[in-house]
Amino acid sequence: MSVGKFFTYLAVMAGVTYLIRAIPLALCRGKVKNVFIKSFLAYVPYAVLGAMTFPAIIYSTDGIASGIAGTITGLILAYRRKSLLLVAVASCAAAFAVEIIQYLIPLL
Amino acid sequence: MKAKEIKKGMHDGIPIALGYISVSFTFGLMAVSAGMTWWQAVIISMANVTSAGQFAGLDIMIASGGMIEMALTQFIINLRYALMSISLSQKLDKSFTLLSRLATGFGVTDEIFAVSVSRNKSVSKYYMAGLIAVPYVGWAAGTAAGAILGGILPDMVKDALGIAIYGMFLAIIIPQARDDSRCLKVILIAVVLSCCFKWVPVINKLSSGFVIIICAVIASAIGAFLYPVDDEECEESDGGEM
Repeated sequence: MSVGKFFTYLAVMAGVTYLIRAIPLALCRGKVKNVFIKSFLAYVPYAVLGAMTFPAIIYSTDGIASGIAGTITGLILAYRRKSLLLVAVASCAAAFAVEIIQYLIPLL
Repeated sequence: MKAKEIKKGMHDGIPIALGYISVSFTFGLMAVSAGMTWWQAVIISMANVTSAGQFAGLDIMIASGGMIEMALTQFIINLRYALMSISLSQKLDKSFTLLSRLATGFGVTDEIFAVSVSRNKSVSKYYMAGLIAVPYVGWAAGTAAGAILGGILPDMVKDALGIAIYGMFLAIIIPQARDDSRCLKVILIAVVLSCCFKWVPVINKLSSGFVIIICAVIASAIGAFLYPVDDEECEESDGGEM
């Protein structure tokens, strides 16, 4: 790919992404009074993250088993109100542990 | 006050940055193995700051796809940010000018958004600056590290890193769901819908960007209809009092 073409792609990609984020922030001034819209907007973050996380989390590692192990670990620690970092790292560690076990079993 | 707010934002940004390093590391690694140079991978990360959009954009670049395809794909995958920006606009305090709103727009990611709106009061531009700056550096540095060092990591480690970002999401939504049954129900509706879009034939052909928007809009609308939040408990916001 030529450098010129790369930068054209980059400009299209970054331009579209930026405008989607910045226009609503620039235009939405003042507090929403309508209860429905207010409630809707209050629920959006949790609905977005819920939809993004499930079922994608199960498929986020190399295999379903390690994905499920990481998911359960993450759910338990998040329920106990552990920090973002601890939950993320422990999920990776659990997934990694299962991958190691799966790798070792055939060798036994 | 100003310095304290920046510091608080940077502090809250550290776990996001650490989570990002694992995801952007994967991006850098993939970009280079697909034929990009390391600096191209880093520039993509610094200009876009979006996980799903970048991975999709990389695919289009490699396949020499059209510019319209690129624009449309980014639009669909990233449209959820518009929803987040509208939601976030309700949390910004009076320190925000048009310029700082435009600057903040650059840094509205899933995690930065989630952390800033789950704060129990309005956010200042200084807080947002700190909250965006640290993850931004992590995102860029992680991409560079992945692009340059990725080749030496064992596959098993790379695979396990893929779950990091979702672990962060769990840490954001689960405590909230535990405290507020209305939020729990909205999350469950979104999750069930999202699973349908993954496993039910025909509708599972939809792109993931669309799926997230549809699920979030339906779940939030049902929530707003059945359980109106007038006291803003779900958001734990102190409302208009600033």
